[in-house]
Amino acid sequence: MNPTFIDTEKFRAQMEELRRNGMDFLRDIIGMDWGEEGLGAIYTLENSSTHETCEIAVRCTSRETPTIASVHDLWSVAEFYEREVYDFFGIKFDKHPDMRRLFLRSDWVGYPLRKDYDESEAINPIRMENEIPEDVQRDYEIAEDAERELYVKQTNKIFGDQYIINIGPQHPATHGVLRFRLALDGEEIRKIDVHCGYIHRGIEKMSEKMTYPQILAFTDRLDYLSAHQNRHALCMCIEKAMGIEPTDRVQYIRTIMDELQRIDSHLLFLSCAAMDLGAITTFIYGFRDREKVLDIFEEVTGGRLIQNYNIIGGVQADITPDFARKVKEFCNYQKSKIEEYNNVFTNNTITRKRMMGVGVLSRQDAISYGCTGGSGRASGWACDVRKRHPYALYDKVDFKEIIYNNGDCYDRFLVRIDEILQSIHIIEQLIDNIPEGDYKVKTKPIIRIPEGRYSAAVEGSRGEFGVFIESRGDKSPYRLKFRPMGLPLVAAMHKILKGAKIADLIAIGATLDYVIPDIDR
Amino acid sequence: MEMKKPEIKSIPYEEFKDNETLEALIQEINKERTNVLVGKLDELINWGRSNSLWSLTFATSCCGIEFMAVGAARYDFARFGFEVTRNSPRQADLIMVAGTITHKMAPVLKRLYDQMADPKYVVAVGGCAISGGPFKGSYHVLNGVDKIIPVDVYVPGCPPRPEAMLYGMMQLQRKVKVEKFFGGKNRKQSRRDMTDGPIIVTNVPTSETDNK
Repeated sequence: MNPTFIDTEKFRAQMEELRRNGMDFLRDIIGMDWGEEGLGAIYTLENSSTHETCEIAVRCTSRETPTIASVHDLWSVAEFYEREVYDFFGIKFDKHPDMRRLFLRSDWVGYPLRKDYDESEAINPIRMENEIPEDVQRDYEIAEDAERELYVKQTNKIFGDQYIINIGPQHPATHGVLRFRLALDGEEIRKIDVHCGYIHRGIEKMSEKMTYPQILAFTDRLDYLSAHQNRHALCMCIEKAMGIEPTDRVQYIRTIMDELQRIDSHLLFLSCAAMDLGAITTFIYGFRDREKVLDIFEEVTGGRLIQNYNIIGGVQADITPDFARKVKEFCNYQKSKIEEYNNVFTNNTITRKRMMGVGVLSRQDAISYGCTGGSGRASGWACDVRKRHPYALYDKVDFKEIIYNNGDCYDRFLVRIDEILQSIHIIEQLIDNIPEGDYKVKTKPIIRIPEGRYSAAVEGSRGEFGVFIESRGDKSPYRLKFRPMGLPLVAAMHKILKGAKIADLIAIGATLDYVIPDIDR
Repeated sequence: MEMKKPEIKSIPYEEFKDNETLEALIQEINKERTNVLVGKLDELINWGRSNSLWSLTFATSCCGIEFMAVGAARYDFARFGFEVTRNSPRQADLIMVAGTITHKMAPVLKRLYDQMADPKYVVAVGGCAISGGPFKGSYHVLNGVDKIIPVDVYVPGCPPRPEAMLYGMMQLQRKVKVEKFFGGKNRKQSRRDMTDGPIIVTNVPTSETDNK
């Protein structure tokens, strides 16, 4: 990956031209601290029809007041990405409508991903008092009557006088610790403000101090329902950088494991979406079948949810002798069960009424917000990385990219159900042909990546998961960035929710299928 | 009347680990004599309490998925009386801290704990809740929930297997049984603690800071 460096003055004009030329998908904005060369950001763009990519880097000379022109009007998702860069690097984006921190508390001191950030406990102790939102203004008034009491008058800069309801961070239907503030008019949602960061674990900063094999352990804990794919992405990126070519056997195992993980994730999606809408039976069915995937994982890798299976140059341990038999058994079993889900949940009148036509995301918005994965494909955008930029064995197997066109909750749900069948189809093509060979390539005991910038992307269970590494030749990266699958989905929430009823929020949140630790990292 | 060893139906007493802690607790309680009537009533109440532990659905990350698995078809914690989960802390008996607690989440967790009614218990599930786990060195992670709330049972693992969670819950059942409900011997918080407990907003901006 070789980004083109552009001056801050010419940056905005250049980006406008790229947008006009069809670069309509902003994959990611990677904030950077190049030390003495200044702060900056790398923008990775893609043309959604030709799949042509391009990288633009911009550098500010001033460390005191770094400013870059905002591109939130060209790509809607930039609003959130820019807030993330501001949060971590303190780079301000000119003309950004809402320049607040995205993950950290508003009273956090310093910008943690800067190289000169001081991590000491004294500067940022654990604050046990409530956070006062940045958008609340407090005025003090003395009542005019005889008592002359002091009143606090709060006005809200974002919501104004609208009635605000708070959902989360501890709420069963937010799928983790996401927090929304909603302005309501009766039952209708007028405005939404998303708060992330309740599970921000600082993985990217920690990675800068760790060796590459150590960093691998973090990837499983980002989106724990695409543990294999995440780790696959990082291994692929490191292998690409070091010039290691994994054996065919490894590629087969990785592809099969990726697809098993996808089935696992989609089953959990089915269970949770059903439970959010009140269908407990489907939850039990989904988990019953998911345990069968976990059994296979457990036998091969030793782990149920978090497997730590991929390593640089291969996999941790060889597959067990009866792996193929068990996987085939599972595939046959699972195919027959899809019918059951459809009978009990998908074709249910209540389900259809709560999902059809609710929470529509148009194709154009899906691209502008960068909503990849099942949610993007339900809106008619062919965004599968397995087809766009094939990796592992995906160019050798036959499978259909599931695309629906309505972009509502029901389509988002159907995409996942159909993808389970496609994953089974992929596995069936591979399972009988796993070639003999080594299950890992020998690597040096200390892994160093040659100087440069590298990136890799895989199709995670809920979208494109990307890894970016900037190396200076050390045994730990200079900068490591993961492209979250869920952040674009959350960024698009306010677009999808406008005009929806508050009960629809649950259906929309459930079918968008985000995992919060992946958003917050 | 003396308090007996806490026996639960699922596993015999001798097969549990860490019986010494409970025995020390029993000894302390047995220092003071109890009326038979009150003692019997205590036994009855503890039998009821330990077999219907309602937990708060509180999950921040990976361990939460395993918590769901414990509740689902194969592991089914309804067998032991834990199946009722509550979404409101006011109705919950225990909080299972499943997942990493970050700086931003810490005041929220403390507030949830304060909102729960006594007697209340805390189970720290997974490496992150116990000590920060793999994220120990991070700038934004609380290294163990016991720094902000008292923990009754620790369940190690990353994430712990469902069986480990069940075992942890059984340990909690035994701990519930060695408490006296009457007489106030085992109250977790004294009255003074309780006034210290709730979060008090201290950083209210004054009019001077607002003008800045």
